Amino acid sequence: MNMIKAVNIHKQFNQLEVLKGISLTVDKGEVIAIIGPSGSGKSTFLRCLNRLETIDKGTIEIEGDVLVADGGQGKVSYAAETEARQICRRMGMVFQQFNLFPHLTVLENIIEAPITVKGSKREDIVPQAEELLRKVGLAEKSDVYPSCLSGGQKQRVAIARALAMAPDIMLFDEPTSALDPELTGEVLKAMRKLAEEHMTMIVVTHEMAFAREVANRVIFMDNGEIVEEGLPNEIFGSPSQPRTKAFLQRVV
Amino acid sequence: MDYVIGILPPLLEGTVVTLQMFFATIVLALPLGLLLALARISRFKALSSAVGVYIWLFRGTPLMLQLLFIYFGLPFLPYVGIRLPDFPAALLAFALNYAAYFAEIFRAGIQSIDRGQYEGAKVLGMSYVQTMRRIVLPQVIKRVLPPVSNETITLVKDTSLIYVLAMNDLLRTTRAIVQRDFNTMPFIVAAVFYLIMTLALTWLFQKLEKKYAVYDE
Repeated sequence: MNMIKAVNIHKQFNQLEVLKGISLTVDKGEVIAIIGPSGSGKSTFLRCLNRLETIDKGTIEIEGDVLVADGGQGKVSYAAETEARQICRRMGMVFQQFNLFPHLTVLENIIEAPITVKGSKREDIVPQAEELLRKVGLAEKSDVYPSCLSGGQKQRVAIARALAMAPDIMLFDEPTSALDPELTGEVLKAMRKLAEEHMTMIVVTHEMAFAREVANRVIFMDNGEIVEEGLPNEIFGSPSQPRTKAFLQRVV
Repeated sequence: MDYVIGILPPLLEGTVVTLQMFFATIVLALPLGLLLALARISRFKALSSAVGVYIWLFRGTPLMLQLLFIYFGLPFLPYVGIRLPDFPAALLAFALNYAAYFAEIFRAGIQSIDRGQYEGAKVLGMSYVQTMRRIVLPQVIKRVLPPVSNETITLVKDTSLIYVLAMNDLLRTTRAIVQRDFNTMPFIVAAVFYLIMTLALTWLFQKLEKKYAVYDE
């Protein structure tokens, strides 16, 4: 069984076709890096996987459960709201802009969803949350508000918050793009740790060194299509497509 | 001084009427305003438009007219016509009117919350209701405190409009004493009463703003 199986995903914003038939299957424990120029559709594709964007055509299955299927007559049919929410909950997500809840402390940010969504008991989840904070190196920050944190710290809290829901898959949408260069390292380190624990991950990133080192598979997207995919060494070492070559020459 | 002490009991009685009307209106208008705001931003066009018309109606006509209509006009409406006693009639007018203003304040507050907050909540599996209750509305409260404080202070003074229904609130009682004694002193005492009430509100809202200042956005 695939962790994620997305087939022939199409997505339009008004007249603009941003995804032109993307297919991707992800196996358990795989770390997939999606790279490509701005506007290539890589973030949109990631956001389609957990219903932040709805797709126009294609199918998505998460751990064998159908999130969206072909509904016939050129339409798609999504799982019912409650079921779709349950399916998507298995994927944690980390955003470029963190999206921490500013009115809650770091600890409250982490325990909010386990308590309201899963019905976890406060006394059960707080030790777990503290453990997660230790893991991302922020144990001493549990009682401060997000506005008191640096970007790198915010992003590590966001990772801990996503992990508190015990997801099977983690989606990262340019997690270091909003950070000062000297702060990206701490976030990448937390992500590397996750990869070492065999978390299934999809990472949309501009961090080529990270993609090369941590990913099992690299996907190069351009203009709404997957141009090329393969092992990091293949993509970065000897890309077969001219567009991939051109892109890598520009960024590396 | 003796004169002032002499007129205090009736003025205090009038103040009680003013305060009753004030608190009853707040208790009804705040939740109603919130519901209207949620309906106004609803995806259901018909509901949103209906609330739009409601807000237009109640913000677009004088509160005095609404007061008079509900008390004197409603009984003569065919089918739905009912005659309300003065306090409920006035309360209905105030609550409906202020809910319209609160609705617009809440709507602006809700729409000022970043989309990322909804997305952050959604990917954690929270439903719309959970997202609103736990994530969005607590942040909205902080943002709408200043305008809500404004409206609330205005309401204290607007309650004096109930004199048209011959209800003996602070201002009508004061006027009666002025006319009886040919002395303008009661006006000054009444002004002090209003100032004390609005001062208490100002102080309360300052406290609330301080409480919400523990976090920045």
